[in-house]
Amino acid sequence: MISLLLLLIPLAAGLLTMFTRSDRDAKSLSLFASVLTLIVSFASLAGMFDKAQLNCNVAWLPFLGANFSLTLDGMSKMLCLLNALAFPVAFGAVYRNTYASANNFYGLMLLMQAGLMGVFLASDCLLFYFFWELALIPAYFLCSIWGGEKRIQVTFKFFIYTFIGSLLMLVGILYLYFKTPDHSFALSSFYKLKLAPSEENFAFILFFIAFAIKMPVFPFHTWQPDTYEQSPTAVTMILSGVMVKMGLYAVLRWLLPVMPNASAHFSQLIIVLSVIGMLYASLIAIRQDDMKRLIAYSSIAHIGLMSAAIFTNQQTGLQGVMIQMFNHGINVIGLWIVADAIETQLGTRKFSELGGLAYKAPVLAVLFVVLALANIALPLTNAFIGEFMMFNGLFRFSVWMAAIGGISIILAAVYTLNMIQRIFYGKTNSVTAKAIDISTGTKLMLVVLVIVVLVLGVYPQPMIQLTNDSVLTVLGKFHL
Amino acid sequence: MNSIVSLVPLFPLLGFLINGLFRKSLSKTAAGIIGSGAVLLSFIISVYLFSDIKGNEGYIVNLFDFINVASFKISFAFQVDQLSVLFLLIITGIGFLIHVYSTAYMKEEVPADFARYFAYLNLFVFSMLLLVLGANYVIMFIGWEGVGLCSYLLIGYWFSNTDYNYAAKKAFIMNRIGDLGFLLAIFWILGKLGTATYSEVFDLRNTLSETDITAITLLLFVGACGKSAQIPLYTWLPDAMAGPTPVSALIHAATMVTAGVYMIARSNVLYAMSEVSSDVVAVVGLATAILAGTIALYQNDIKKVLAYSTVSQLGFMFLALGVGAYTTGVFHVMTHAFFKALMFLGAGSVIHAMGGEQDITKMGGLYKKLPKTTWTFVIGVLAISGFPFTSGFISKDEILISVFEKSQVLYWFAVFAAVLTAAYMFRLMWLVFFGGFRGTHEQEHHLHESPAAMTIPLIILAILALVGGFVQLPEAFGGKEYFNEFLSPVVPAMSHEGSSVATTEYYMLTGTVIGLAVIYFLTRKKFAVSMFEGVYTGVKKFLADKWYIDELYDAFIVNPLNAFAGFLKSVVERSGIDGLVNGVGRFVNYSSRQVRLLQSGQVGSYILFMVLSITVFFLVFWNQDNIAHFLTNIF
Repeated sequence: MISLLLLLIPLAAGLLTMFTRSDRDAKSLSLFASVLTLIVSFASLAGMFDKAQLNCNVAWLPFLGANFSLTLDGMSKMLCLLNALAFPVAFGAVYRNTYASANNFYGLMLLMQAGLMGVFLASDCLLFYFFWELALIPAYFLCSIWGGEKRIQVTFKFFIYTFIGSLLMLVGILYLYFKTPDHSFALSSFYKLKLAPSEENFAFILFFIAFAIKMPVFPFHTWQPDTYEQSPTAVTMILSGVMVKMGLYAVLRWLLPVMPNASAHFSQLIIVLSVIGMLYASLIAIRQDDMKRLIAYSSIAHIGLMSAAIFTNQQTGLQGVMIQMFNHGINVIGLWIVADAIETQLGTRKFSELGGLAYKAPVLAVLFVVLALANIALPLTNAFIGEFMMFNGLFRFSVWMAAIGGISIILAAVYTLNMIQRIFYGKTNSVTAKAIDISTGTKLMLVVLVIVVLVLGVYPQPMIQLTNDSVLTVLGKFHL
Repeated sequence: MNSIVSLVPLFPLLGFLINGLFRKSLSKTAAGIIGSGAVLLSFIISVYLFSDIKGNEGYIVNLFDFINVASFKISFAFQVDQLSVLFLLIITGIGFLIHVYSTAYMKEEVPADFARYFAYLNLFVFSMLLLVLGANYVIMFIGWEGVGLCSYLLIGYWFSNTDYNYAAKKAFIMNRIGDLGFLLAIFWILGKLGTATYSEVFDLRNTLSETDITAITLLLFVGACGKSAQIPLYTWLPDAMAGPTPVSALIHAATMVTAGVYMIARSNVLYAMSEVSSDVVAVVGLATAILAGTIALYQNDIKKVLAYSTVSQLGFMFLALGVGAYTTGVFHVMTHAFFKALMFLGAGSVIHAMGGEQDITKMGGLYKKLPKTTWTFVIGVLAISGFPFTSGFISKDEILISVFEKSQVLYWFAVFAAVLTAAYMFRLMWLVFFGGFRGTHEQEHHLHESPAAMTIPLIILAILALVGGFVQLPEAFGGKEYFNEFLSPVVPAMSHEGSSVATTEYYMLTGTVIGLAVIYFLTRKKFAVSMFEGVYTGVKKFLADKWYIDELYDAFIVNPLNAFAGFLKSVVERSGIDGLVNGVGRFVNYSSRQVRLLQSGQVGSYILFMVLSITVFFLVFWNQDNIAHFLTNIF
C-alpha cells in the first residue's frame, strides 16, 4: 500500500495540477503534494510496516503474464526517498521563478516524479518499461517547451538517444519474456532464467545500451551536457539528481541479477570505458566556462566511477554505488540550485563574467563551498563514503584501474576549486557588483541539503544498512 | 575516564561552529576568546592525558562504527598513546600560543572576517587532532584531507586577491596528488588485511609479502610528500605564504606539514620491514633538505626564506626516519615546532612593524626598535642553526649521528645541508635586524615593538627553543634521553653503539662551533654590506629563481594537460563523438528521404526487392541457428 501511495500521490496531483487556474495554485498544490510524498517516503523507512503493507501486487494484464506489482525493498526505499526529497527541494528552490503556463509545467514535473517512482518500485518488467517511458515523456516536453534557446534541437537529440535505448530495451524485455518458462514479466521469473551464454550476451547488450545511455557511460554521453544546459534548471535538477539513477538502478535490479554471466563477461570492457569516461569528462570539465556545463561534465565523471564500481563484482564497490546514488543526487541538486540562483539573479552563468560573489552573497558562498567539497568527496561529506567504497571495490578488481581512475579525484579538485574561485573569489565586477544574497526559500533548501551532506558524511551506517540486503541479493545472483 | 580524549577535538570543533555560524554577531573580543579558549581547553586535557599515559599502555577509544560492511569495518576511534599524546601537546600548545598571537595580529580585520579567521583556525586544529588521534588509517585520512582543506581556506583567507587564490588552489591540488597515494595505500592495506586499525595492521604485518610492504610504504610516502612538502610535491609550501603570517607559523611550519612525519613514525614497524622504502625516504628527505636550503640562500622575502627553511628541515626529519631513527625524526618535529613557530611569529612581528613590508633588502637595524622580537628571533636562528645546547643542536646532531652510522656519503651531504641552514638563517638575521635601516622614511618612523599578546608567545617559544631540547640531552653531555624513553612503547629508538657515540658527540660539538663561527663572520661580512646591489646573475639567479622547478612543472605537466583537455573539449567531444552522433542523425534524415523514393507504387519493383531480400536473408542465415547467435558473434 505504501508503495502505491508513493506512486499515486504525484500521479493524481500531477493531473490535478494541470487543471489549476492560477500559477499560485499550481505551485502550492505541487509543493504540497511533493511534501506529502516525502512524508510517506519517510514513513516507509520507519520500519513499522511489514512487507504486505509496503508492497502491492494485483493482476494487470493476466493474458500476458504481467502484474501490477510494486516492491519496496531497501534499494527502492532509498531511491524513492531521493525522488521524494528532490521534488520539494527543487520546487522550493525555484519557488520565485515564473514559468509560462505554470500549471502544465508543475503538472508535468509531478507526472515525471510518478514515473520515476514507478521505475524504482516496479518488480514486473513490462510495468518497469511502462514507467520508464512515463518518466521520460514529461521530460521531453519540459525541455522542449520551457528550455533555453537551442531547446528544440537539443531535445530532439535527447529524445533520439533515449528512444533508441528504450527500443533496444523493449526488444530485450520481449526476448527474455519469451525465454521464461511460464511466460511472465515478473522479476522473480526473470531471476530464474537460465540462458545460454550467447543468448545472455545478446540480451545483455540490448539492455546495457539502454542503461548506458541513461547513466551515461562514455561514449554515449553527449546528449547530457546539452540537455542539462538547455533544460530549465528545475528540470535539470531532476534529470541529473534522480533520472540518471534510473540507469544505475536498472543495472542493479534488472541487469546484474538477471544476466550475471554476461555481466561478468563484459565487466572488463565496461570498467575500462567507465574509467576512460571519468578522466575524459574531468578533463573537459576543467576547460568549461559555463557553470551548467561544468556541473554536467563533473556529473558524468562521477557517474563513470559508479558504473565502473557496479561491474567490479565486489561487495564494497556495490555498496558504494548504492549509497552514492543517493549522495550524488543530493549533491548535484545542490549545485544546480546554486547555478539557478546565480543565473536568475545575474543573467549569466559564465565564469568569465562572474567573480567576487563571496562579498555580496556570503551565505550562498558558504553553502556552495560545502556542496563543492562534497563534489570532490572530501572526508566527512557524504560523497567520501561512497567514493571510498567504490574506489576500494575498483581497487580489488584492478589496482591499475583504481590508480588511473583515482586521477579523477585530483582533477575534480582542479575544476571544482576553479569554479569556486571564479564565481566567489576575486574582486566584484560590473555584473556582480549589485548582486544580493539568496532568498530565504533557496537558502532553506540549500541548508537542508547541506545537513544531509554532513550527517551522511559523519554517520553513513544507517544508509549502508538500508541497502545492505539489496547488495547481497545482487551479489548472490552473481556468485551462483 | 578514557573517553575524555574525545573532548580534545570537540572543543575546537565547537569553537569552529560558534565562530563560523555567529560570525556576524560576535565581537572581535568574543571571537578571539572563543577561538583561543577552545584550544586552551584542549591543551589542558592534553596535559592531563600526558601525565596519565606516561609509562602506561596506550588504549583505543571507540566512538561509533563509521563504515561497517562485510569485508571490513572501520570504527570512528581514537588512539591514545605516547606518540599521539606528544603530538596533541605540540598541536594544542603551540596552537594556543598562535591563537593568542593572532588576536593582536589580525585586529585590523572587520569582526565577521576576524571570526571567520578563528573559525578556520579552530577547524584546522580539529582536523589536525583527528589526524593524530585516529586509531586507523581512515580516520587519519579524514584529518589528513581536513588539514589540507583548512590550509586552502587560510591561504586564500584574503580571497579578493587572485594570486592568493591560486596559491591556495595549488596547495590543495598538490596535497591531493599525495592524498591519492595515501588512499591507494589504505586500499592496499584493506584489501590484504581487511582492517585499517594500526594495532591490527601491525600485528598482521608478517602475513604481507615483501611487495605488499614496499608498495604500501611507498604509497604512504607519496602522501607524506604532499603534506610534508617533499620533492617532488614541495612547491606549494613556499606559495602558501600568501596566508596570514600566524597561519604560516601554525600550519606551514609547526603542525600540518609534520603530518607526514607522524604518519611514517606511526607506521615505523612497516618501514622497518622495507629497506627500499626506507632508503627512498632518506634520499628524498636529504635531497629536499639540500634543494630547499640552496633556494633559501637567495630569497629576499622574509617568509619565503622561512618557508624554504621549513621544507629543508622537513627533509632532515625524513632523513632521520629513512635511516631508522624514528624517535629522532619526531624529536626534530618538536624542536622545529618551537623554533620555527617562533621565527614565523617573529617575522609576523617584523612585517607588522614594517607596515606589511616583507622584502628583507628593505629592512635592517630593527634591533633598536624591536628588541623583544629581535632577541627572541636570534634565539630561533641559533636553535635552527644548531648552536650548542639549543634544542635544534640536540635534535639535529642526533640526526647527523644516526645518518653517520648508516652511511658516510649521506652524512656529508647532510652536513652540507646543515651548513646551508646556518648560512641562510644568519643572512636573514643580519639583513633584517642588524646594520642600517634601508626602508622608506615613513616606515622607519612607524617602527614599533608589537603588543604583549604577540611578544609573550614569542618569549615562551624562545625559552622552549632554547631549553626544550634538554629532554633528550645525550648521555655524553651528562643528560638522559627522556624523550626516547617516553616514546619507546610506540616508537623504538635507534640503538647507538655506546662508546663511539660519546666521541662522535664531542667531535660534532667542536665541528658545529667552528662551523657556526665561520658562517657568522662570512655572512656578516658578505651579506650585511653589499649583497643585493644589482640583480642576481648566474648560479645566484638560478637559485633565486628556485631552480625553475615551477616553470618546469608548468611546461611539462600543467600546460600539456591543459592543452590536451582543450583538445578533448573542442575536437574529440565536439567534432568527434558529438559529430558522429549528429552525423548519424543527418544520415538517417538523408537516407529516409532517399528511401522514400522506393515507395514508387509499382508492384514489379516491390516484388523485385522482396526476392532480393529473401535471397540475402538466406545467404546470411543459412547455417545460423538464430539471429541472436549471429549478433552475439559480432560482439
